Amino acid sequence: MDIRHPIPGNGGDWFIKFGDAWKNQVAELQKNFGNIIEEVRMPQEYPTDVPIVYVQRDKILEVLKFVKESDGFQYGFLADITATDELVNPRFEVVYQLFSHALLCRLRLKIRVPEGESVPSATSIWEGANWAEREIFDMFGVSFSGHPDLRRILMDERWVGHPLRKDYPIRGYQIFTDSQVVDPERLK
Amino acid sequence: MGKDGSVGYVTTRLDDFINWGRKNSIWPLPFGTSCCGIEMMASLAADYDMSRFGAEVIRFSPRQSDLLIVAGIINLKMAPVLKTVYDQMSDPKYVMSFGACASSGGIFNVYSVLQGIDTMIPVDVYIPGCPPAPEGVIHGLMRLQELIAQGQTHSQRRLAQLKQL
Repeated sequence: MDIRHPIPGNGGDWFIKFGDAWKNQVAELQKNFGNIIEEVRMPQEYPTDVPIVYVQRDKILEVLKFVKESDGFQYGFLADITATDELVNPRFEVVYQLFSHALLCRLRLKIRVPEGESVPSATSIWEGANWAEREIFDMFGVSFSGHPDLRRILMDERWVGHPLRKDYPIRGYQIFTDSQVVDPERLK
Repeated sequence: MGKDGSVGYVTTRLDDFINWGRKNSIWPLPFGTSCCGIEMMASLAADYDMSRFGAEVIRFSPRQSDLLIVAGIINLKMAPVLKTVYDQMSDPKYVMSFGACASSGGIFNVYSVLQGIDTMIPVDVYIPGCPPAPEGVIHGLMRLQELIAQGQTHSQRRLAQLKQL
């Protein structure tokens, strides 16, 4: 596969549309956070649809705050936070999908997380990060420091293990015949 | 009454008479969790019209219904809810497993899906299909009526066993 060939994606000709804006943004990010940014993957050099910026794990909040509030970025909308299990060291990648309502372009920030390490929670910047981070905790077991309410969101609270990890058995059923008991404190 | 106005008789066993009443007055509880629920609505609506078989009054309370139609995929987190709903229904109660997911988990052989509701509650009628056609649903309902008339559903057999004790 020729990785220089532009890939037709859902976004159509995104790079033609946003290429200059992205180049300026990445240049400014590298100027401001030169030692924090580990790697940059641009759409033309790497088969992807939006730029991917790898950031150091403990400095992610600074970068998120910067791209949310600075002129020329204005990524005010956190579309999603998700994670992947790469089965290498560091094991997990936490992915921040950002969208700018002002410029109508998208950006993807990634951090690499070793197993057992925690990630700074983005709930101080976006309230909506709350449930997305709970889902990552539920499915991958990546914990978030500073999260107000870090517990399972989809699976039963008695569940053992984290289902979307690559080493979780695909048919690892855990059947409970009674509903989980709700903590009475939560009903107040 | 005879055609000429004379007094006539029909003799039958009381159990058969009661079962005849039960099979023609089924009150379903629709437990539609996914796309099979749409097909269930189609079978209940005017084109296919399940009220022709007496299964007309849809009740959303388990206390008032006697047929549990499980239409759709049951996740492991939903399974205790299904069990609770089944336990809340009063005897005699019948269960219809509607579609591939409810019957066997369907294509979802993964960690989060119950592999057939019969691992959790007893099932009287299975309807195959993904989703089943309304004709299949009506066939399943008529088969369930036969079972009720014979007293052969799980709930009725359990009641008969209790009576013998």
